[in-house]
Amino acid sequence: MTEIPKEEFILKCTSACAGCSSSLSLRYVLKAAGPETVLVIPACCTSVIQGVYPRTALRVPVYNIAFAAAAACASGMSASYQKKGMKMNVIVYAGDGGTVDIGLQALSGAFERETHFLHICYDNEAYGNTGMQRSGSTPLGAITSTTPSGKIHPKKDIDQIVEAHRPPYMATACSAYPLDLFQKVKTALSIEGSKFIHLLSPCPPGWRYPTEKSIEVGKLAVKTGAWILWEREHGSLRISGPSRAAMKTPLPLEEYLKIQGRFQAITLEQVQELQHSITRTMERIRCELEKPCT
Amino acid sequence: MYEIRIHSRGGQGGVTAARLLADAAFRGGKYATASPFYGAERRGAPVVDFVRINDRPIRIYSQIEHPDLVVVLDPSIMDAVDILQGLKKGGSIVINSPKPLEIPRHPVFHVDLTGIAIAQNLVVAGSPVLDTPLLGALAKMGFVSLDAALAAIRDMFSDERNIKAAEIAFRELNL
Amino acid sequence: MHLIATGNKGVAEAVLQAQPDVVAAYPITPQTEIVEQIAAFISEKRLDCQYIPVESEHSAMAACIGASATGARTFTATSSHGLLYMHEMLHWAAGARVPVVMANVNRALGPGWNVWAEHTDAFSQRDTGWLQVFASTVQEVYDTMLMAFRIAEDEKVLLPMMVNLDGFSLSHTMQPMEKIETGTFIPPFSLPHAIDTLHPVAYGPLTGPDEYFRFRADMERSMRSSRLVIRDTEAEFARLFGRTYRETEEYQVEDADVLLVAMGTFGKEAEVAVDKLRKEGIKAGSLRVRWFRPFPRLDLAGRDIVVIDRGYSFGFGGVLSMSIRATSRAEPYSVIAGLGGQEVTYHDMADFVRDRKPGKEYWFGVKDDV
Ligand code: SF4
Repeated sequence: MTEIPKEEFILKCTSACAGCSSSLSLRYVLKAAGPETVLVIPACCTSVIQGVYPRTALRVPVYNIAFAAAAACASGMSASYQKKGMKMNVIVYAGDGGTVDIGLQALSGAFERETHFLHICYDNEAYGNTGMQRSGSTPLGAITSTTPSGKIHPKKDIDQIVEAHRPPYMATACSAYPLDLFQKVKTALSIEGSKFIHLLSPCPPGWRYPTEKSIEVGKLAVKTGAWILWEREHGSLRISGPSRAAMKTPLPLEEYLKIQGRFQAITLEQVQELQHSITRTMERIRCELEKPCT
Repeated sequence: MYEIRIHSRGGQGGVTAARLLADAAFRGGKYATASPFYGAERRGAPVVDFVRINDRPIRIYSQIEHPDLVVVLDPSIMDAVDILQGLKKGGSIVINSPKPLEIPRHPVFHVDLTGIAIAQNLVVAGSPVLDTPLLGALAKMGFVSLDAALAAIRDMFSDERNIKAAEIAFRELNL
Repeated sequence: MHLIATGNKGVAEAVLQAQPDVVAAYPITPQTEIVEQIAAFISEKRLDCQYIPVESEHSAMAACIGASATGARTFTATSSHGLLYMHEMLHWAAGARVPVVMANVNRALGPGWNVWAEHTDAFSQRDTGWLQVFASTVQEVYDTMLMAFRIAEDEKVLLPMMVNLDGFSLSHTMQPMEKIETGTFIPPFSLPHAIDTLHPVAYGPLTGPDEYFRFRADMERSMRSSRLVIRDTEAEFARLFGRTYRETEEYQVEDADVLLVAMGTFGKEAEVAVDKLRKEGIKAGSLRVRWFRPFPRLDLAGRDIVVIDRGYSFGFGGVLSMSIRATSRAEPYSVIAGLGGQEVTYHDMADFVRDRKPGKEYWFGVKDDV
């Protein structure tokens, strides 16, 4: 089994909400990356989680940058380190807003230019830092402060968008599976070019569940197939351990939905639509695994 | 100060002609500026370029109102624009044309730049190159020396056919 | 070495000599030639530099910030809407204290698409914390670009700097220019707060109301000390290379009864208007404002001034004219002329002087009062 380093790069003084799974994940990201790392943070919960000037809860350099600019800022850093001939992990740790919405253009540009960096989108499926407004990543039927009766549009498929850039490595992860995340970050950082990890991060205040249930909620997302863990290295797809069982016999989706307050207004049709979308995604994956891309 | 206005159509090389002329004048020890008047025009639309040649530094950026010389790279432009506008009394005109043209009260010089370019197979993307032979013609008129003209051309283009075309135009223009 | 070059070429030649580590840029008329030329230098291996062909100007500035934060010398160029699209990141660059150097080719803003010269693009960035200077000849563009790296990167400054040149009338005009051997004039760049994994800190984290203002005060402190650095750099430049630049360029000012004040190419052509007026017996002079930020300290109280403004602040007035009014207690005749490339000749400028009405505003070419 992979040995996770004891060394901590995130100190026990963050200002994350109780039960925040994205900050838990950041801990494993940094353990995987090690000290030769620069973290680029656009506006997101992590802008706050890292601590307030003059203190910082992180033991690697953190560069805070404007909302739309993370991947572009990382491009500049990466180019400079390349010029210097220095090996450095340039990691963007951005929320869903800074990735799928306002940050999408810069992300797309950086990937098209094959910038050497890792972009991690920790997806709590809403604008958490501003009080839970809907984002492009909010799932169908979820209540947010700007969709008080539930979102009527489906979640944007950022993975397909990123995949269209043909990155050498991309993966999904979930905060409830830190070891899986750890290994994926390790793999991503060992590869040259633009890498993407889409990390589902259950968020107690946003998803409306008790703070101690973050891991349980994350596991349910995977077990019901609402979130599928996979990685794609140089085009070839692999399903990650925890999702293999779920691909065969997923738990009923309701298990995942009913534990969260944000789905309390979801309609039957919307549940069916979500279920359909899961089935479609699984079929697509199965189909690809049976007939691998050439 | 000597002021020259070049009329052409977008894509015919008016900008380059102006730049080459200013460069050649500069090589001859003069101060010179070349400024294109850019419009939103695309290929084929009438455009003008300005060249000023002087013994002292030139501090004027506005367009030339009263040119001493007008160059017409495309005679068909004369149906669309008044090439004589503001031209000084007795100011000269150089026209790219195989045959002589009469314009009352102005000396008109003609040279077949298009013919020269085609004869030299100096055609880029289907259009004959007019700017480099023009420089030869202007050298004949004494604005710049032929040596300076050729040096300016060599600096911008590696294709020797440009030099050849300039030399032919120099010979063919009748003063 | 003497050559004949456009303003855009002047920028690129200076950048080549400053040897930036990273250039990130996005094309926009009439700036594009600059980045094309730099890309050519790189592909000809004359410049060892990482060129990032970003997907927007916002990203261009973000990439420059990221690179500069690691201690890289960075450059970008833009114009008009590109500069406006960068606006957020301009504030960020200044606040992050990264001395990015940028050429801005002044161009009007839409709507009414217009690619010609106007200063509103740069004026709109006046509160970003960038140093701003306006050039009037190709030589000055080149010389000022060289000085820009030294000034911006000076430890007493560490603020980004923008060199402005008028779209087309300077960017695309060819003039003679002398290229110099810069030697050690531009010292190697070292950013005191460059990212260092051995000393991990957070850059620009959440900063509370009891701390934030200190950083802003510090920016103004640096902006103020930049005056001295600018003066010393310009003096050193004059000593080494023989061309003198100051906050303003004066022409026949001493005994002048009336002064034409302008920026950029208008400020140069104004000298020709002065010659013309003097021939007619009007004792005119011209004062070309080079530095816009920090804005020069001018002693113009009680003088008869005509200010030509190529940019306007709606509901307030001509930006240069109001700045002069605010800093030197003068009552200028404010002429708004040259917007969107409007043709203004030295004859027109001489007319402005003859027809001046101190304290009043006049929109050139507009028949009825505005
Ligand atoms: S809002 Fe959600 S993602 Fe943000 S800090 Fe709180 S728990 Fe974490």
